[in-house]
Amino acid sequence: MENALGQPQTIVLLGGTSDIGLAIVRRLLNPTTTTVVLACRDAERGERAAAGLRHDHLTVDVVAFEATATDQHVELARSLTAKYGDIDIAVVAFSLLGDGDVTSVDVAAAVEIAEVNFTGVVSSTIAIANQMRGQGHGSIVMLSSVAGERVRRGNPVYGGTKAGIDGFAQGLGDSLAADGVHMLVVRPGFVISQMTTGLKPAPFATTPEKVAEATVTGLRAKRRTVWVPGIIRYVFSVLRHVPGPVWRRLPLG
Amino acid sequence: MSTLSRTCLWGWGRTNPTVADEVTVTVDGLAAAVKEAGRRGVLARGLGRSYGDAAQNGGGVVIRLASGAGDIVLDQAIGVVTVGAGVSIDELLRVLVPRGFFVPVTPGTRFVTIGGAIASDIHGKNHHVDGSIGKHIESITMMLADGSTSTVGPDSNPALFWATVGGMGLTGIMLDARLRLIPIETSRMRVDTTRIADLDELFATMSSGDDDVRYSVAWIDLVAKGRHLGRSVLSRGDHARLADLDARQAVAPLDYDPHQLVAVPPVVPPMGVLNHASVAGFNELWFRKAPVHRVGEVQGLGYFFHPLDLVGSWNRLYGRRGMVQYQFVVPFGQEEAMRTVVERLSASGAASFLAVLKRFGEANPAPLSFPRAGWTLALDLPGASRGLGDLLHSLDRVVLDAGGRHYFAKDAHTTPDAVRRGYPRLDEWKSVRDEVDPRRIWQSDLGRRLGLI
Repeated sequence: MENALGQPQTIVLLGGTSDIGLAIVRRLLNPTTTTVVLACRDAERGERAAAGLRHDHLTVDVVAFEATATDQHVELARSLTAKYGDIDIAVVAFSLLGDGDVTSVDVAAAVEIAEVNFTGVVSSTIAIANQMRGQGHGSIVMLSSVAGERVRRGNPVYGGTKAGIDGFAQGLGDSLAADGVHMLVVRPGFVISQMTTGLKPAPFATTPEKVAEATVTGLRAKRRTVWVPGIIRYVFSVLRHVPGPVWRRLPLG
Repeated sequence: MSTLSRTCLWGWGRTNPTVADEVTVTVDGLAAAVKEAGRRGVLARGLGRSYGDAAQNGGGVVIRLASGAGDIVLDQAIGVVTVGAGVSIDELLRVLVPRGFFVPVTPGTRFVTIGGAIASDIHGKNHHVDGSIGKHIESITMMLADGSTSTVGPDSNPALFWATVGGMGLTGIMLDARLRLIPIETSRMRVDTTRIADLDELFATMSSGDDDVRYSVAWIDLVAKGRHLGRSVLSRGDHARLADLDARQAVAPLDYDPHQLVAVPPVVPPMGVLNHASVAGFNELWFRKAPVHRVGEVQGLGYFFHPLDLVGSWNRLYGRRGMVQYQFVVPFGQEEAMRTVVERLSASGAASFLAVLKRFGEANPAPLSFPRAGWTLALDLPGASRGLGDLLHSLDRVVLDAGGRHYFAKDAHTTPDAVRRGYPRLDEWKSVRDEVDPRRIWQSDLGRRLGLI
């Protein structure tokens, strides 16, 4: 149960090794937090991330989570509640970026990204949301991206999945409100992190720490969406109205 | 029985609501409603005046007990009232005062139910003399988790009785209680008011003079700094005797008709109107307007005991982020800890509206009862205050290191660890609870948050 200051006792991170996800968890940690669960595919990396968070009064557990194993998500969510009690905040932070040049033409590569980024997110988020409906409170942070705001030719599959989950999260969030569950959709611009290693930072590039700061502020204020950095909201409100032939030629990668 | 309705429930601080299935039932329909209990259990809710999440049960069932005729039965000969748990102190006083009786303990608002008052083991300005409400109860009739009804008191099943007093509604649902009253000659108070320059003077004045007066409380300005640190207005009094009234008042000495002067409208700017500037200004004005020393002023009961009730829904003044109340007690001899807390609050720049400092008398036998011999401080802070979390956790450490503890009815932020340290008899309470509620029918958000369940 979150306290009056929005400080959570239990945090679940889906995508337990995500740089942005871990930055959000670190930012949320406070003396009332007792439990962090890192749900991830790579147990070894999860364990390293857990070691970086642990201290005397904080339990950090790593649990196996496979985004594409959607038949296991209900049981996973149920077991989290059974073991740790109420989930105060769940951060959905996993996704694959893929190489746009490959995924635009390679069906198998595109499907893998679509299944993880969209199907996996939808499945696991609904599973967690159902637990939160049952407890009458809780917050879900959905890591979307400006890539989904207007999908670029450079990485249509990634952008498409982000557009999909962004819409999904908004709609699900509205349906959860009556049950006391809050959904926050986070739309960062280019984030300098392990996911974007080797890529040239886009204009208005940001960091996991800045995304985390904006996310925690958004959670406390019960916002529905946050953009990081804030200005990118206005940049995209222009970009989304740029005529198609011009948009196609913009050097956005 | 009435139907369940999915409702978002808040505490008085309007901070962390949860959604529960709410139902209003009469005593007759109670057993059926309790049977609805699922995995998230059942909780009785009174008027929702506890500040945090004590009267919330997210995902579970929340029962409101409808009050009805016959809920207040007064035995004037012995000064004992049998009162339904869902009856408010406001309703009760409207019956009692004209008949020459007063409740033995009242908190700072009349709008609490008897059930809530006992569950929180409330205290008032007379704690140093009269103790908390648990001391004045002859018996409680309650519904237990198995649907049976039981009457408990200090002499009959004392373990369950004292676990219920201060038990935050987690031992059963109270149906009614027999309460010993105090006789009064008039509906007025005879009040002495003194301005106190600083914290040292406050400790000294209260330590020396409190025992001779029934009601005593200090309003302290936590925005004041430096040599004004801890400046306060000490208010002491007792029920006025007939002889204290002037001729006009003496015509109807037990006249009692408290009312609200004004209500805060539902629409308040989202950031609230209580910020550091407005609070500092108010506190300054209020200190200046208090008399340096005035003796024997006759005041109405409502003005003396329930000044905040003059403004309806005043909690809305804090805006969308609500407010957090912080109340703790530290034992006598730990005045330095109290000073540290006052200093930190003053230095933090947090906009604390008038805070209340009071001397407590001895504790009662209830394992989870808050009051114990020592000093207690209660203050409100806007939920939107910057750095509030860090500030309160740092105050927690000072309070716990001094052997103090926090008040469940006010708490909205602390931790299970702080409760274990502050309430060393927690396990004793839990073992009584385990006996009467092995299946955890009774649950609340506060219980889950603080590890009581």
